[in-house]
Order: sequence, then structure tokens, then C-alpha cells
Amino acid sequence: MLVKTIFCGFGGQGVLMMGISLANSAMNKGYHVTYLPAYGAEMRGGTANCTVAVSDEEIASPIASEPGCLVVMNSPSLLTFQNKVSEGGTIFINSSIVDIRPNRDDVKTICVPCTDMAQELGNNRVANIIMMGAFIKELKVVSPEIYLKSLEAIMGSRKKALAEINRKAFAAGFDYIKD
Amino acid sequence: MAKTVFKHPESLKEAVFHYCPGCGHSIAHRLVSEVIDEMGIRGITIGVPPAGCAVLAYNYFDVDMIEAPHGRGPAMASAIKRCLPDRVVFSYQGDGDLAAIGIAESFHAANRGENITVIFINNAVYGMTGGQMAPTTMLNQRTTTSPTGRKKELDGYPVKVCEIFSQLRGATYVERCSVSSPAGVNKTKKAIKKAFQCQVDGLGFSLVEVLSPCPTNWKMTPIDSCKWIDEVMAKEFPPGVFKDEIAEMKKSAEAAPC
Amino acid sequence: MSGNNVIGEAAIRAGCRFYAGYPITPQNELTEYMAEHMRTVEGGVFLQSESEIAAINMIAGASATGVRVMTSSSSPGISLKQEGISSMAACELPGIIVNIMRGGPGLGNIRPSQGDYFQATRGGGHGDYRTIVIAPATGQELADLTMDAFDLADKYRMPVMILADGMMGQMMEPVIFKKPNPRQYPEKFMLRGAGTGKSKFIHGLILDPIDSEAHNWKLARKYQVIAENETLFEEHRVDDAELVIVAYGTSARIAKGAIKRLRSHGMKIGLFRPITLWPFPELKLRALSAKIKNFLVFEMSTGQMLEDVRLALQGYANIEFHGRPGGAVPTPSELANVVARVYNKKDL
Repeated sequence: MLVKTIFCGFGGQGVLMMGISLANSAMNKGYHVTYLPAYGAEMRGGTANCTVAVSDEEIASPIASEPGCLVVMNSPSLLTFQNKVSEGGTIFINSSIVDIRPNRDDVKTICVPCTDMAQELGNNRVANIIMMGAFIKELKVVSPEIYLKSLEAIMGSRKKALAEINRKAFAAGFDYIKD
Repeated sequence: MAKTVFKHPESLKEAVFHYCPGCGHSIAHRLVSEVIDEMGIRGITIGVPPAGCAVLAYNYFDVDMIEAPHGRGPAMASAIKRCLPDRVVFSYQGDGDLAAIGIAESFHAANRGENITVIFINNAVYGMTGGQMAPTTMLNQRTTTSPTGRKKELDGYPVKVCEIFSQLRGATYVERCSVSSPAGVNKTKKAIKKAFQCQVDGLGFSLVEVLSPCPTNWKMTPIDSCKWIDEVMAKEFPPGVFKDEIAEMKKSAEAAPC
Repeated sequence: MSGNNVIGEAAIRAGCRFYAGYPITPQNELTEYMAEHMRTVEGGVFLQSESEIAAINMIAGASATGVRVMTSSSSPGISLKQEGISSMAACELPGIIVNIMRGGPGLGNIRPSQGDYFQATRGGGHGDYRTIVIAPATGQELADLTMDAFDLADKYRMPVMILADGMMGQMMEPVIFKKPNPRQYPEKFMLRGAGTGKSKFIHGLILDPIDSEAHNWKLARKYQVIAENETLFEEHRVDDAELVIVAYGTSARIAKGAIKRLRSHGMKIGLFRPITLWPFPELKLRALSAKIKNFLVFEMSTGQMLEDVRLALQGYANIEFHGRPGGAVPTPSELANVVARVYNKKDL
């Protein structure tokens, strides 16, 4: 098993946090993981992305030439990365603010209006966690329990107030994907 | 009983100086050694000699020493002192070493208030390399790289180290002396002792600038060299105490809760 | 933990108690980690220096007092440190220099690169000297080899360089820190004040040419011992390989990804990964050429390790090269395409 995912969006959307939380929960489950943030000029230009590889065996390259999954939180990212996704892969789209759709029919597209959903929950900033709920439900890389526990560990005690809203957000995204 | 009035300092090895006749380094070495002896700190002193004529200082000082690359003495001394706060650490630097290639290291060691002592020998030329223009070379002074004299339009002005360093809040004690006369030598020794004592008392950065003759590169006799210091150099680089916050530092150190 | 933080934590666990550094991307996390953690361990000193030059001389001074020391920077900063590295080699002072390489030459860019191979493996500064150069390729190796680097630096009393790149520095991987070895560094090399004894001096200036030559040969003999005893390398799927990629650090990770692909298409490709770049594991590589006749050197540079591979193989095998300099990071599939072309051309 080897799942490589690129998370991408604007800086400030919590894109790197999505990757870090996935990497940590997969690590806690005992998988091999790598987390590779894109930094530098791209970051300064206002976009951010990171690549997470999860595998049950040693990971050769942390770089994804053909990621199996792509999570896009804004439109430019979809244009940048959609053609990299491997055949049969999955693209998650923040459909609240991404109004274009992939130009491919060989991948599965999952639209989650996570920014709208976050607004409904009263906190714009948890759109990323809502998306992670959908991501975990769809891919089943780790269980929701492990994910939430790992997320809380990363957030640390200083953000305990956020734990509750994160749980709600995760649940909203998780339930958004129907079995 | 006969009383010893003069003896070889214990902190000075019994080696013959390689310095040219009339050179101020020999005097400064001896003064530093005498101060180390008098303070009884030979065993806990670590010196950092510079690149330049005094690079061989470790042949003379009988204390632990480590050579620093050109200008880096204060960076090295800072680190040594940070690792061994109960030792006495001094760097011994020339004008090129301190005020040109190592100005950043010297400036920032002072600005951090490193509890070290800098002995700064100002002889207005690069000695070891053969008498080139130094940052402290006087206007119109001829050197091998200012053959028609230092021109302010082309070469800038002599760098006044004490004046600059005394502006740094991290510096505690800054004094300029001269070894051009017996009185100057005595004053210099007092200043060096005060600087070392400042460090031993944990009061912060101290710097003693020593106007020092270089008869060979100045192409003068030793006596004329001393005259030139008094009559020319001292006008540009007036001796004196530029900063002395020893008393204030002591007070605030005592006031600070243990 | 990011690679930069792993290096910092490993260093502190290995007993590093003095760190000096100056900000430069992409190694800032390491300096920041040391700022946060060094001052909380007993005897730990963190100093943000005024320059790279000051930083390397600070660690030289601290090293002389008998403390384990480290500094870190990225390519342009490492150029500035060369004065001090040469000086530490001359004065036989142990210390760790971390280079998180970025694109060059000049200011270049802040993307991962491997353009500093020559500088690192040939000494880098002036004079006849070497530094041990270690190139980790995983988070776990960053931890293990950083700790080992301190032991090597002490053992041979010389600077040791950890050569990684921006990707290694930024990447996060799970890491388990091993128990450090107890330090063995004789007090006679430490400068701590003469006490009542004889004074010591540490110096690299030796004006007498006969003495200086002797000193140089002494260093050279030490380097010879290191070359014979301290090479590290990894062989990956070389047993049945018909073509072997030679790559280190991040490039080797990319190569492994490419090999996975190529193997799934039935191409027999292996990897030889030098872990010590100096000493270069040339005998091992040469031994490989007894049965494998095709090598492809892959670097994120225009071809620097390539020269060491040529020296090692001495014309006994074909050597191809693929390079991406200046901060370009190829994907495994790009490399796989290049390798496949070479493989098929050879008609293996």
C-alpha cells in the first residue's frame, strides 16, 4: 500500500496542517510516512502545498510525480496539479470556492463545500478539518479516532478550545461522504 | 635583605621577542604579563592572539592560547568565555585585525557585552605584511599602499575605535593609552589592569587601545616614533578614558537579587 | 519533526553544548530549534552570531575548551565559513558543520540542490585538508548520522560536515533517537587555562616549512586512516542489476522511487548510494563494476560526484549522467524515463 497525496491551496487555509495531521495520524497507526512541504517562492506568492506519502513499507521518494490523491482548496491549485494525478486517482475539491472542475474523466472527483460548511459551524478556519473528515471517510487510511487524537496532540493544550470545534468539523466532513 | 624591584614576569616565557627594535608589542606583552602575574590569574587566563605581528604571541605569553584567523579573535574569545565563564579571556588585536577585517566580530562582541578584554594595539600600519595602509593610518601618512599619503577623498578617514566602541551600550570600560613614554607605559598598565579586573568582577566588555610605535614601517628611529605618537597620532587619537561604567555596573550587580 | 529539527535534537542528545549560527534559508528551523532548546540544557550555549564567519570561529573557540559544538548554514553561508573550517582542520578542532544546500552559484535560490559537493568533499577552504562529509537520505539517518558525526569529529579531531539539502531539511519523517555513545575526548586537547601546569597553545600557523610539511603529512596520514576505515554506503537491489544508479541524499530517494517503477516494468536497475561523500566509497563501487558495466550518476547538480565515480570506476564501466542543477528537483518518473532510455539503448 502506498498513498501519496498533495494538499494545496492558499496560505492560511491550513493546507500544511492537513498534511501534518494526516502524516501524524498515519505514523501513529504504524505506517511509514513522509511529509514534504513546498516552501520558498511559492509560499510567498500566497499558495502553499505539501506532499504526504503513507505506506506499509519503506517510502522511497517523498516526492509524488503521480499522486494518487489531490486535495485542492483553491482554483489555481487545481489547474497546477490536476494533470499529475494518477489514473484512477481521487481529487477532493473545496467546491465553496473552486468553481472549475477537473478536465479529466479518469479520476474520481469529490466536491466538498467545506468553506460554506465551516461558516455554518461558525468558524471559517475549520474548512480544512471538514475536508479531512471527508478525506478520511473516503480513503480510510486511518480511523477517525486515531486522526482526531493525533490532531489534538499536534494542536497541543493551548488550543484546547479548538478541539471541540475541530471534532464537530471533522464529523461534518466525515458524514458528508455517504457510504 | 635585598628587595626584588624588577623581575621577569612569570606569565611571560623566557624567550627573546622577535619584534623589531623599538616596537610597542614587546612593551604591551610585558604589561599584560605583569598584570596577569599581579592578579594571580595565570592559571585561568586564556588568550587569543591575532593575525599580524603578534600572531606569535603564544611564543611569549605563558598562558593557554589559541590562534584566531584574521580578525576573528573576539568571536572566538566570546565563545571561550561563554563555555568557561570563570576563566579570564582576552584577545590581543592590531588595528587591521580589529578595525578592518574583524570590525564586525569586535563590534558585536562589544555590543553583546561579552565579559572579555580586548587589548588593541594601534600602530597606524599593517606591520607584518610590510607597512600597508591600515584603517587607523593618519591622513597624509605614507605607507606602501598610500605612497603619496592617505587621502581622505580616496581612502577615507582614520577609524577611531575608542570613540566608536564607547557608544555601544554593551561596552563597560574603554580607554586609550600610549606606550610612547614611561608615564604612558605606567598609565597603560593601569588601564590593562582595570580592564582585566572589570572582567574578573563580571562587569562586561573592556577594551584598552594602545598607541604603539612601529619604527620599521614608519621609517623612523624608535625615539622619533615615540615623538610622532605624541605629536601627531595623539592629536587624531587622544588618549583618555572614553567610557567607564565599572562603578554603575558594580552597583547594579550588587542590587540584582542573587 | 522536520529534518532540520531532527538534526538539532540529535545534536543536543549527542551532547552538543555550543551552537552558533546566522539566519539563512532553508536551514532556519535548525537555528531556531537550537535557540529554543540549547539554553534549556545544562551548560548549553546558543549564540546568534553577527555573521557566518563569526559563527564558525565561535564554534572553533568553544571546541577548543572541550565542548561539543555545531554550526549550520546553507550554501552561501558555508562559503563564508570556509576560513574557519580550514582553520579548524589545521588546529585539529572537532566540530559539526551542517550544510542544508540550496541552489547556486552565487545567491542562487532557496530550493533544494546538491551543488556544493565539490566544496564539501575537497575541503572547501584553502590548504591541504579534508573534512568528513556525511550525506543522510532519511529522517532516521539525519538523527543517527548526526550523532555519529560527533563521535567521528572527536575521534579524528577534525570538522565533520553533514551535507543535506532543502528537501531533507524541510521534510518530516518519523524518527527514533538512539542512545548516544559516551564521549571519549582526552582532556589534554582541551584549552581550559593552564592552572599550575604548562601552558598550551592551539595554532595552525607554522612558519618553519619543515615543521609545516610534517604537520601536513600528519594530517594526510590521518585522512588516509579515515579513507580506509570510515566509508559508508548503501546498496539497493544491485544483486541482479544490469544498470546501477549512483546517487546520494535526496537524489537517492528520488532514484529509489524511479527504481520501483522501472523494476515493475521488468528493468533490472539498482542503486549505489554513498553515505560518506568523503571518504568516497570508491573501492566498493569499483568492486561492483566487476559484474555491472553500466552506471548512471544522478545528481541535483551539473555533475560533481560524477568525477568521483569516474575516478572510482577507472574506465571499467560505462557512465551516464543525469543532472538537475540550480534548485530543480526532478520527480521519480522523470528520472525513470531517463534511466529507461539509457537501459534500452544499452540493449541490456
